Amino acid sequence: MSGKTLEIRHLNTSFFTQKGEVGAAKDICLEVRPGQIVGIVGESGCGKSVTARSVMGLVKYPGRVVSGEILLNGTRITGISKKEACSLRGSEVSMIFQEPMTSLNPVIKVGRQVEEVLLIHKKITKKEAKKEAAKILEAVGISDVASRMECYPHQLSGGLRQRVMIAMAMICSPSLLIADEPTTALDVTVEAQILRLMKKLCEAGTSILLISHNLGVIAQVCDYVYVMYAGRIVEQGETFTLFDHPAHPYTRGLLGAAKSLRSDAGLLKTIPGVVPNLLHLPAGCSFSPRCDSCMDLCRSEMPDMLPAGEKGHLTRCWRS
Amino acid sequence: MSEILIEGRNLTKEFTAGRKKKVHAVTDVSLQILQGETLGLVGESGCGKSTLGRLLIRLLKPDSGRLLVHGEDVTDLSDKEFGKYRRQLQLIFQDPYASLDPRLCVRDLIAEPLKTWHVCRTKEELTQRVLEKMEEVGVPGEYLYRYPHQFSGGQRQRIGIARALAAQPELIVCDEPVSALDVPVQNQILNLLNQLQESKGLTYLFISHDLSVVRHISDRVCVMFLGTICEIGKTQEVFQNPMHPYTRFLMNAILPPDPHRRNDQAELLSGEIPSAVNPPSGCRFHTRCPYADERCRREMPALQDAGDGHQAACHHTMN
Repeated sequence: MSGKTLEIRHLNTSFFTQKGEVGAAKDICLEVRPGQIVGIVGESGCGKSVTARSVMGLVKYPGRVVSGEILLNGTRITGISKKEACSLRGSEVSMIFQEPMTSLNPVIKVGRQVEEVLLIHKKITKKEAKKEAAKILEAVGISDVASRMECYPHQLSGGLRQRVMIAMAMICSPSLLIADEPTTALDVTVEAQILRLMKKLCEAGTSILLISHNLGVIAQVCDYVYVMYAGRIVEQGETFTLFDHPAHPYTRGLLGAAKSLRSDAGLLKTIPGVVPNLLHLPAGCSFSPRCDSCMDLCRSEMPDMLPAGEKGHLTRCWRS
Repeated sequence: MSEILIEGRNLTKEFTAGRKKKVHAVTDVSLQILQGETLGLVGESGCGKSTLGRLLIRLLKPDSGRLLVHGEDVTDLSDKEFGKYRRQLQLIFQDPYASLDPRLCVRDLIAEPLKTWHVCRTKEELTQRVLEKMEEVGVPGEYLYRYPHQFSGGQRQRIGIARALAAQPELIVCDEPVSALDVPVQNQILNLLNQLQESKGLTYLFISHDLSVVRHISDRVCVMFLGTICEIGKTQEVFQNPMHPYTRFLMNAILPPDPHRRNDQAELLSGEIPSAVNPPSGCRFHTRCPYADERCRREMPALQDAGDGHQAACHHTMN
């Protein structure tokens, strides 16, 4: 397929705190092609959510996008007016969040919250909007829609709330859905249901940017994966390539840790050291103090994304 | 067989939720924790696993049922009389951000339980003991006067563990101790818990919703659904040969970090956990169970033994 649903070019997003500029997302280059589920994985604080929020134009003060370009279906969306951004959000690109309770309005019935999206973006009567809303709520797997639409968010379970969020995000058939840890707050059996739903949406034509700390979730649904560490992408590749032949020591550490839990090993694998403070990053490669194959070069210079074997598989490591 | 450390007999706990409404958190649960073992308690949110954990160390009093510590009935003791047991039964919490007082430095945080139990006579001795505990859990001694906000999540959880250890307990109830942590940090904490168990002969009740974690750390596993036990047995047994349909569905929902093993075909549980205010009649799982029949709707199944302590509460597996 040609074209790209989302293209991020050299994005830098920083938070300007009293202690100085914190580069939360640095030099991010990322693509989502039509019909793809693309994953961003990393530990907390690595910049995955900031990257997503930058696309939505939702980075909160004192943070802002410093430089870089974001293109949605070939159109530049960085530096557009607030009004233009509002008309894009919900219709062209939508986002769902980790905690569905805090993202829904607690004093408005969920049916109306879903209809609202349509009323804002489309010329449509209230009656038609209601019909459409019922249709999409059914499509995301909610039973007994008529009565559920009359419920307030607190009357629904976590899984149902997340389905309502997905319905709201999908109702204008956006070309891109950004899902920020969509299943982290849910129970395991419900998590599996929601992931299947997302796969179905993708097959129906929506591209998805999925953010998760859980390698299990990423391995299950993603076509292409970006691994982030300390604000930068450190490895990217097709899911199978990346899981079979992880090239960056950090990816290897992360995968080893997740896999050792499922093996019968007595001692679980970890990554030595701690995630660095973004205010005081080490010189050279940010991972060098924790890396077991660190060289002199690693301590002095940050590597670019270098090819690692198969096509499209890149890694930010001098050893590749 | 090892000695029984804690035994709960027919424990039931209900909470009032508004007028005339009752949440049936734990219903008629009998459970034994053996000396030196790690018993894993799994289930989805709201299934009563935390309530059961708290009942078993008497942080909550049961509405009915008995609690025995080392074979002695402690259900009706006053809080003062229970004091001598309290020191033996400690708790680690899920959220390492909320469970430490932000205004106390590490020294004071860990000294608090030592003072409560009058372990040390002088201030110097107290500081010395705090330093020992910090070393045991892997927090560098030079951080003695730092405050919780200066630590990462993993370090905070270590401080929480040090606080629990300070009283030299026999049993620690670990209530989702690693759920808030990233996987590499989670593994560090699990390794630490294992190592402490070996060196001190501790007993753990390990509460978690994550089957992979429970599988790794537990000797025995207990699966809960809506306030009742569905299945209990040796970890290997339960994972290799699950008898209760709910246990099987839970395992189907595990997401392995391996794209070659996608569970696209696995049968998934539909629906969600029913409300504990109006639990279903009969078997509490019947509304979600594909094998449910008339009997399941009517009659609550009892735990039945399939040998070697592997028990399940289901009308169908046993027939």
